Amino acid sequence: MSPTRAGEPRDPHDDGRPRLRAVVGSDRIEEEIFGRAFDGKVVRRIWAFVEPYRRQVMIAVAAVITFTLAQLTIPLLIRYAIDHGMAPDADPRILSGIVAIFAVVIAVNYVASRVQEGVTGRMAENVLFDIRRKMFAHLQRVSLSFMDKTEVGRLMSRLQGDVNSMQEFLETSVLSVGDVMLLVGIVGVMLWLDWQLALLVLAVMPILFGVRVLWIAKARAAFMAAHEANSITNGALAEAIHGVRAVQAMDRAALNAELYGELVDRNYEAHLRASRLAQIMVPIVDSLTGIAMAVVVVAGGQMVVSGRIDVGVMVAFLFYIQRFFDPIRSLTMQYSVMQRAMASGHRLTEVLDVEVSVEDAPDAVPLGPDDDGSVEFRDVTFGYNPKHPVLKDVSFKVNSGETVALVGPTGSGKSSSMALVHRFYDVQDGAVLVGGKDVRTVTQESLGRHIAMVLQEPYLFTGTVMENIRYSSHWASDEEVVEAAKAVGAHSFIEVLPQGYETMLEERGGNLSLGQRQLLSFARALVADAKILVLDEATANIDSYTEMLIQKALRRLLEGRTGLVIAHRLATIRNADRIVVLQQGRLIEEGNHDALIAKNGLYSKLYNLNYASFDDIPEELTEADREVAT
Amino acid sequence: MTTQTELSDRMFRRTGGVDRQQGLGAITRITKMAFRYPGRAILAMVATIAAVAMQLSIPVLLGRAVDLTQAIAAEAADPGPLITVALTLLGVSVLRGLFTLAQNYSAESVGHALARDLRGAIYDKIQRLPFSFHDRTHSGDLITVGMLDLEGVRMYFSTALVRTVLLALLIGFGAWQLISTDPLMGVLALSFVPFAAWRSSVMQLTLRRTWLVLQEKLGVLSQVMEENLAGIRVVRAFAAANHEMDKFDRASKMALDLSHERVDVRVKSTSAMTLAFFTAMGLVLLVGGRRVAAGEITVGTLAEFLTFMTILQMPVRQLGLMVNAYARASTCGARLFLLLDMPVEIDDAPDAKPLEITEGTLKLENVGFAYPGTGEQKAVAGIGFEARRGETIGIVGPPGSGKTTLMHLIPRYYDASDGAISIDGQDIREVTLSSVRQAVAVVQQDSFLFTTSIENNIAYAHPRTDARRIRGVSESAQLHDYVLGLPRQYSTIVGERGVSLSGGQRQRLSIARTLMMEPAVLIFDDSTAAIDAGTESRIRAALRKYASSRVTLIVAHRLASLMHADRIVFLENGRIVEQGNHEELLALGGRYKALHDLQMRPDGDVLDEMEDAR
Ligand SMILES: Nc1ncnc2c1ncn2[C@@H]1O[C@H](COP(=O)(O)OP(=O)(O)OP(=O)(O)O)[C@@H](O)[C@H]1O
Ligand SMILES: Nc1ncnc2c1ncn2[C@@H]1O[C@H](COP(=O)(O)OP(=O)(O)OP(=O)(O)O)[C@@H](O)[C@H]1O
Ligand SMILES: [Mg+2]
Ligand SMILES: [Mg+2]
Repeated sequence: MSPTRAGEPRDPHDDGRPRLRAVVGSDRIEEEIFGRAFDGKVVRRIWAFVEPYRRQVMIAVAAVITFTLAQLTIPLLIRYAIDHGMAPDADPRILSGIVAIFAVVIAVNYVASRVQEGVTGRMAENVLFDIRRKMFAHLQRVSLSFMDKTEVGRLMSRLQGDVNSMQEFLETSVLSVGDVMLLVGIVGVMLWLDWQLALLVLAVMPILFGVRVLWIAKARAAFMAAHEANSITNGALAEAIHGVRAVQAMDRAALNAELYGELVDRNYEAHLRASRLAQIMVPIVDSLTGIAMAVVVVAGGQMVVSGRIDVGVMVAFLFYIQRFFDPIRSLTMQYSVMQRAMASGHRLTEVLDVEVSVEDAPDAVPLGPDDDGSVEFRDVTFGYNPKHPVLKDVSFKVNSGETVALVGPTGSGKSSSMALVHRFYDVQDGAVLVGGKDVRTVTQESLGRHIAMVLQEPYLFTGTVMENIRYSSHWASDEEVVEAAKAVGAHSFIEVLPQGYETMLEERGGNLSLGQRQLLSFARALVADAKILVLDEATANIDSYTEMLIQKALRRLLEGRTGLVIAHRLATIRNADRIVVLQQGRLIEEGNHDALIAKNGLYSKLYNLNYASFDDIPEELTEADREVAT
Repeated sequence: MTTQTELSDRMFRRTGGVDRQQGLGAITRITKMAFRYPGRAILAMVATIAAVAMQLSIPVLLGRAVDLTQAIAAEAADPGPLITVALTLLGVSVLRGLFTLAQNYSAESVGHALARDLRGAIYDKIQRLPFSFHDRTHSGDLITVGMLDLEGVRMYFSTALVRTVLLALLIGFGAWQLISTDPLMGVLALSFVPFAAWRSSVMQLTLRRTWLVLQEKLGVLSQVMEENLAGIRVVRAFAAANHEMDKFDRASKMALDLSHERVDVRVKSTSAMTLAFFTAMGLVLLVGGRRVAAGEITVGTLAEFLTFMTILQMPVRQLGLMVNAYARASTCGARLFLLLDMPVEIDDAPDAKPLEITEGTLKLENVGFAYPGTGEQKAVAGIGFEARRGETIGIVGPPGSGKTTLMHLIPRYYDASDGAISIDGQDIREVTLSSVRQAVAVVQQDSFLFTTSIENNIAYAHPRTDARRIRGVSESAQLHDYVLGLPRQYSTIVGERGVSLSGGQRQRLSIARTLMMEPAVLIFDDSTAAIDAGTESRIRAALRKYASSRVTLIVAHRLASLMHADRIVFLENGRIVEQGNHEELLALGGRYKALHDLQMRPDGDVLDEMEDAR
């Protein structure tokens, strides 16, 4: 039934007992394996982030070139020293002169390497932060439907892991430039010193390239598999951390540890394989170094004997060969970095390319203080999946200053309607108007300031109580915050917290009771001081007495404001000016409390249920409601 | 309780940070752990020694080759020995490659094996640490330990330890070899070593110190991002993107500045070390050249010294990496071990037996509890009641009155600090934890759903159950009809924390998965608040068949949900202020009655009356 994927146990538990419906970690399939080490498109996208640092890149590359030249010069200097400065009859000043040049070269080398590493290091960090910022900013704009279906953990691994591998890539790519330069330089110098000997030495190169081609085919898959295995295990760990209370409550710790153990074992195997493949190149490269050295010793020795070359040239060759294989070795190591970077870059661009489907129109106008607080639904049809609308042809109007309640069975589309008022999603048909303007024609920023919302799920941030209530309403003074807290009846419990308003809340406000969290998120909406107040089950987890106190305080606070209230407890809403009843996404009744009671429809049934004892619920009512509720 | 709190504070609130002693302790411990794989670890070491030996013989061979060549050229001798040297050179290179392969592979495999063990241990630990630990520890910090710190520890063996051994052996044997060849030049060739050692230890200290701070800054940054994404609806609702970008930029800048500082420290030290290295090389060239000219040594010897130095060049350049790896391993290791060593305060008593359910009676005696860090202020105190199988107890009270807290004491999510809770006469602290958790199931007020199919979510507690039972509990929770309407039915994947479900659907799913547990004590913690009265009453009707064989506790604000309970407990400030059945409490005319009037009287402003009443 559930989709199988790489992470699902091959079922070692298949012991004749019923199928094990358990996996740890996300049940979703990770992105397809993406194993190329170079992808022009990705590189172009990443280049856009490097572009602003063009100057630094140029400096770094110049430094790398200087550095490489210095590196190339050193064996040459040694060669000259040997051939011209050390003969018994040589002028001692020649040696001193060469050593002086050597000193200059190493000074240049020092400056160049310092500049290069410093500049690239800083630049890579900057680019990393830029990419992350761009992504984060983009995520602030992408539509909620994308956020709904994307796990936070997955986005976090984009923002962290993938961004980090880009950084690693940038740092190494400057080094790679140096490596390639060194390689080319060494080949050049060797050819210049003695082209025949150089060609003999370079004869090993085709072998190396051949081996590498074979190797890459295998290594690519292995490296990606290891990377993949890591993200699977890390995902499962993140799940265990976030869901730890559920795991303990349902006593799943032991089984989960076992399932996780399997993931970890597979991860281990994948890494060992990747590591084997990475290391296999070492003896190959070393053997080729050996061959090259042997060639120089035998053929070069012969040439020295025959007087074709000086012994210094032979020494220089030996030096170059030592250095020649270093870049090859590190280029091999960088292969996996490059490959990982390409995969990461690919995923990063995927995030950056997520379409912003809910966007300010080009000619969007801000909703100002002069716009009133009316809300209107005009023949609205909307579905998270356009094929399955959750709101069908809904029309109603809330005049400025009115309080309208939305009621209906669970899943009937109440929260969804509120999301539309705020333009979290765009409607498929019809229009939602706020302050008389279609929400698609106003700026989202101003719409947000026009409406304050208490969401069904209270969400608080790590920070003090004060910061949480104030949230983004920077203009609110401490007194206003306290005022709002008093209005919702939160002041009394805040005061007895260890540091009062300065008490730090833990993650999601975990050190408060749910009702208290709800009160804070209520206060937060009041502080925002908006024309329209949307309360989605804002008092569901609060007792009726506290609720009444809130309502009393609200009566003053809501004066002149528009209220949209969702509640299941009908007592909460009977004072509303009007009540809109939703059922399966359709508006079925509308009117004030008395009118609806008189109508004897769904509202009056639901209303009466609040009082009826469930032992006395007439059977036909339960039946009648069955389709209502689902 | 305090020890746990302090530890978690030390670990993540960074009030103390990780001190030097702990860092060293961590290094020793990781090293010891690495030798738990003695085969591979020793192989790595032996291979390192062999690789060094091969490495060191290369300069000697090259020196020989140069001397031989010159000799042959001068005396037209037999070129045979030159070929022997060449072949030896080839053989030695091949061996060096193989030994390096063995060294790297076994070192890495030790690291991976270590990581495998640690991953398992961390996972297990995190799963078993009690709620009180998780209350005070940000999930992001735990993820950092499980991912970054683990990586730091994993890299230690291959990047730090083995490389140090390699470098030390190279320098040690090299020094011996060079000095015995020519003391003066040997000393010159190695003159950079003391300087490099000094620089790297300075660098190590700075990097270690800043690594801790950097981790902290990055922790703040990732917390900002994580909470932003998790609370994206709030961010959108308040049009707070700018506010959030500000938070991000602040956190980001702090981390960036520190990263720059670290880059500078690293670059400064490594380039200074490289400079020292080349200076030594220049000296060797100068002095060596003079002595060759004077005929005191051969060109071959000079070439040997210089090649030796070229071989050292790579490891010296990597000193920075190595030092960083040490710095990282010691700080990461210290934090990781702090987590692993954290005592699990809620655990099985030494010789605990599983809970035996006979009568199915739950009894609370004078139970009290205070959350750690809240001083003496008790969240609940002096609670006592008894409930027999088939009975239902209702619990009401204002927000923060301690209802959830009390419910969390029964399955031992927290241990009561006073009094005792027992089931069938067995104190829940004296039987196995697992049996208590299975006997007491809570539909949590704030439930977490897993990103998997609806079916797997329902079957979470009993993953081997069959489709029929899944359907059964789903029907009781009034979820079945809804699920049937979904395109993929029970295989539909629910998103993280169930965002693609409505509030009521989420609650019903969590009711269904709890019913699956068939516990002796079934607790509903305000778990129908987002469900309309109609659906709720049907759930309640369906639950009647479950209620007869167990104790049911219902926390609710909607009185209709619990007025038929056998007893109703009214909590305020963590204490029972009223207790009795519906009629009794109404007759009492106290708080319960006031609440009842408020909810039941369809009209009129009861508020003023109530205020008078209080
Ligand atoms: N983000 C989403 N993605 C996909 N489907 C969703 C999403 N949110 C809600 N739904 C579906 O849309 C329907 C209406 O949900 P909505 O949250 O509007 O209901 P509601 O009336 O607020 O219910 P409740 O009283 O239970 O909160 C439900 O069937 C739900 O499963
Ligand atoms: N993890 C925690 N750490 C510290 N204090 C806490 C923690 N959880 C709850 N509290 C405090 O303990 C008290 C009781 O909280 P509890 O969650 O039991 O209330 P409740 O009766 O369930 O309220 P609600 O009706 O809002 O759910 C509150 O004052 C709350 O702030
Ligand atoms: Mg809702
Ligand atoms: Mg509670």
